[in-house]
Amino acid sequence: MTQGVQVVGLYVRDQDEAISFYEKLGFRVHTDVKNGNYRWLTVQHPEQPSFQLGLFAPGPPVLDEATAQTVRAILAKGAMPPLVFTVTDCRAMCEQIRAKGVEITQEPVDRYGTVDAGFRDPSGNGWKMIQARKS
Amino acid sequence: MTPPDLDPELLRRLLRAKDRMDAASHEAWPVERLARVSRVSGAHFARSFKDAFGVPPHRYLLTRRIERAAALLRDTEQPITDIAFQTGWSSLGTFGRQFKDIIGESPGEVRARAQAQRELALAGVPACIVSAIERPQLNISVLEKRRREPGGTKGHRKSKEAK
Repeated sequence: MTQGVQVVGLYVRDQDEAISFYEKLGFRVHTDVKNGNYRWLTVQHPEQPSFQLGLFAPGPPVLDEATAQTVRAILAKGAMPPLVFTVTDCRAMCEQIRAKGVEITQEPVDRYGTVDAGFRDPSGNGWKMIQARKS
Repeated sequence: MTPPDLDPELLRRLLRAKDRMDAASHEAWPVERLARVSRVSGAHFARSFKDAFGVPPHRYLLTRRIERAAALLRDTEQPITDIAFQTGWSSLGTFGRQFKDIIGESPGEVRARAQAQRELALAGVPACIVSAIERPQLNISVLEKRRREPGGTKGHRKSKEAK
């Protein structure tokens, strides 16, 4: 694939905390570059090498402090848009990440052949974990 | 008045209490229990939750229970009594009254309508037509509609009760 989405960014309250969280899900740091106050940080899932998840902290120099404060509040209220993490075994993955201290917000539920669960990152981003129907 | 800016760290803990209600809306969630999840005092919790999410915690819980009950009425054949107890009510009467106040129809009416829709769909009527049949005829304002209903002041009492 030569065209398509390469990076989608999430806001996180603390980038170091976010790295340890996304590592629990199996992501690895792809790019971590600092320039003054600014830190470009992306992680990647080893099974999805064409995509990077950006983990960005709201604040200067990109956002003024007042705007950043608003974004931090929205984030902490869980009002950011939904995210979906696809897995081959939802129940096993849930147990695995729960053991690592991840907040499971919805226990796995079967829905007509698919299984889904919910969890949140420390910042408040809400994820659905979905195990697709076996084809 | 705009609610005061809350500390993101507190908001994150309030979100945890909201998540817990979402995960188990059938359970009892007295303010003290929610406050413990958020690690704040009971009084502080109720006020901050409303500032953060726009509704008081007990009303938020009520909407989640009603939502779940409505889904069970539509998607399952379980008796209404079972659904009421399963979604967190301890009295069938309270369930029926609150459900009608919020949804505008009784649990039995919602179920009957869902069944009728399924039959139409099974009969091969296209889904878009089936849903159009159910479209509310809102050719007058909601307030006017309420006024014309028998016992038309009920709406006011309702909004007070739902507080």
